[in-house]
Amino acid sequence: MGDGELIGSYIVPVHPHTILAPEQNEGWGRLREAYDTAAQRIKDSGADLLIIYSTTWPSIIGHQIIADPNPEWVMVDHDFHDLGSIPYSFNIDEKFAHSWNEANEKRGLKSRTVAYHGFPIDVGSVVALKLLNPDNSIPAVIVSSNVYANRSETTVLAKACMDVVKATGRKAVAVTAMSLSNRMFTTPIEPQDDRIHSLKDDEWNRKILEFLGEGRLEDVGQLSRTIHQQIRVNKVVAFKPMWWLSGMNQNRNNLTGEVLAYEAIHGAGGAVVHLDPTPSGTGDKEYDEDDVEYFAGERNVLDAEHTEAAEEEFITESNVETTEANGPALWEPTESEDSVNSNAAPKPVGAYPHARRVGDLLYLSGVGPRQPGTNAIPGGPIHDENGEALDYDIKAQTHAVVKNITRILEEAGGTLDDVLDVTSFLVDMDRDFQGYNEVWAETLGQVGPTRTTLAIRALPTPIAVEMKVIAKAPATE
Amino acid sequence: MTKGEIVAGCLAPHPPHIVYAENPPQNEPVAEGGWEQLRWGYERLRESLADVDYDAIVLLSPHWQTYVGTHFLGLPHFKNLSVDPVFPNLFRYHYEIDIDVELSQQIHDRAAEAGLATKMMNNPDFRIDYGTITTGHMFNPEWDKPFVVISSNRSRDYYSVEVMQEMMVELGRVTREAIIASGKKVVVLASNSLSHRHFTTESAIPEDMSKEHITSHAMHLWDMRMIEYFRTGQAQRIIDEMPEFTEQAIAESDGGGLTWLLSTLDLPTYPGILHGYGTIIGTGNAIVEWPARNHKEA
Ligand SMILES: [Fe+2]
Repeated sequence: MGDGELIGSYIVPVHPHTILAPEQNEGWGRLREAYDTAAQRIKDSGADLLIIYSTTWPSIIGHQIIADPNPEWVMVDHDFHDLGSIPYSFNIDEKFAHSWNEANEKRGLKSRTVAYHGFPIDVGSVVALKLLNPDNSIPAVIVSSNVYANRSETTVLAKACMDVVKATGRKAVAVTAMSLSNRMFTTPIEPQDDRIHSLKDDEWNRKILEFLGEGRLEDVGQLSRTIHQQIRVNKVVAFKPMWWLSGMNQNRNNLTGEVLAYEAIHGAGGAVVHLDPTPSGTGDKEYDEDDVEYFAGERNVLDAEHTEAAEEEFITESNVETTEANGPALWEPTESEDSVNSNAAPKPVGAYPHARRVGDLLYLSGVGPRQPGTNAIPGGPIHDENGEALDYDIKAQTHAVVKNITRILEEAGGTLDDVLDVTSFLVDMDRDFQGYNEVWAETLGQVGPTRTTLAIRALPTPIAVEMKVIAKAPATE
Repeated sequence: MTKGEIVAGCLAPHPPHIVYAENPPQNEPVAEGGWEQLRWGYERLRESLADVDYDAIVLLSPHWQTYVGTHFLGLPHFKNLSVDPVFPNLFRYHYEIDIDVELSQQIHDRAAEAGLATKMMNNPDFRIDYGTITTGHMFNPEWDKPFVVISSNRSRDYYSVEVMQEMMVELGRVTREAIIASGKKVVVLASNSLSHRHFTTESAIPEDMSKEHITSHAMHLWDMRMIEYFRTGQAQRIIDEMPEFTEQAIAESDGGGLTWLLSTLDLPTYPGILHGYGTIIGTGNAIVEWPARNHKEA
């Protein structure tokens, strides 16, 4: 085991019309045909796991994952109850659900499994699973959409899921049950009068589908907040499913996309889209948001001392600079003629720049693993605010250091390949040298700089590794 | 026919935790108590109405969320298992509920005449939301009165608090007219919390009251401000400040229940009785009764 992968992704609509009334409107019928095509493709692909992220199952306590091996009930839609009832009986991969739950916790997420008789599976999941897996031959898992989660949490949720897919050797298909524009008509309409609620919504939907048709999933992910503002009724705080699906696909922009159908369902935009992992060659990745590995956003408002930070995060929904109690105050990097400073690198803990150019060389200040913006430490801090030692992941920290070095060099117009000489500082040589050395071999070891590694007593923030770098300066005009 | 009457209007919130803490035989999970202040509040509300004669309960729940108009339960009896999709660990309740279909249809018809989009819900497989069941149980654990259950039209999500209020004031007005025309005595219930910012973690023992408190000082101030208006008969100010309250306290009044309730009572200028206040997983909850029976027009 160990070489599991995602072999396909699908975006599918949530409303019950495709099951209960496909004959009442030509568009609903075409969505149904596209659903059936998707089901056939999934079957032919040899998939052995369907992973559903449903936007119609909101949660508050982290994310919830269905772990009842055979949930059965009769679903009736809150709005479209007059279309009829949908009895369901699903084949859930209980074991995968529990492993995903554990993987979430390892990556810092709050998460729980749900296995109660009569639990109401949401309309989006019911419609998607009934139509994509009509004979229940492929085991499935379903995850909720947390109402408070932002991009980092949603991205890490996907990475935790992929940890398990890989480790268990699965051939998985990821599905987001969602609308594009979600504004419905607020009065009953005759089926033949259905259309996208407004021209603006239709134009945005078509733009999103143009991107997806070109396999540019990460571009849609990066536009999530804009899309949410433009064409989403504010039932939830963000347009999250594209963050999750892009995370499942390694935030790639060169997938092979195909729009199987796009139609209105009571005014909302419904689409069936297939994204195949085969590289399409199109779509350069323009990566401008953090690639986050661990969730460190503090939501534990049960602890009074964290209340304000959590509150602030919720209300502004932006990357608020949080100065953690666990470490010294942060400074703006100092500016001078030759300095190189980057918003993509963590803030200094004193009055110095990120780097300085002297002739053909770039001298970098010591670089640690702290994340820009959140100040979080991938792999966890080495001690808490009271100085109590914590377990941490040296490899994750070392990866984050290399990433921060890359960001600073990119700001200067260069790349990691320009690194000439590195002095590394470890606070616990016995414990950490091996892990640090492994990550080095995968990253800077490939570049080939000279290296010196020193053991020291402490670093100013609760981190285990820091690097001092000298690099070639990129040529200037 | 005699004129119908609203004998009382109540703010009657529905976090499932309070039913969980009561350990009624209908609910599967078992608790070691918790949230007593609110449960005693419900007890005082029930006592206050113990000697009051009424025929039906009309309730608006923010957890039956409809985007296509306002819906009304339209069959005489529903029986099913209600599992809270957010707190399934606390609420798995076997319910049986009677519906006053006649009154339901009467309110529906008047709302339709007034130009509101409406629909009767006649699907027997429909599962009633946990908000309705929680408030229904806490208000009347014997379940011996028929209900009218009205959905929460999400016009606030679609438009604004102002549009939501226009629609809910109208719905409240036609609800009152339909009740008066029906000749029935009725209690109206708005099933919603006040400030509605949750904790996103749950303690190992959900009913551990050492962990229960309001999520922030700002939320507390808003809740107390609203309660002051309740207690001093300032319904119009509540309506006026609803946009700010709903935005800043992320209040569950966004579902329209409170505005609708105050409108059914014709924006009461007499004091409401505060039977209890407490937080549940950080959200603010007040149990308030407006004893309309004691304030009839001359
Ligand atoms: Fe609620």
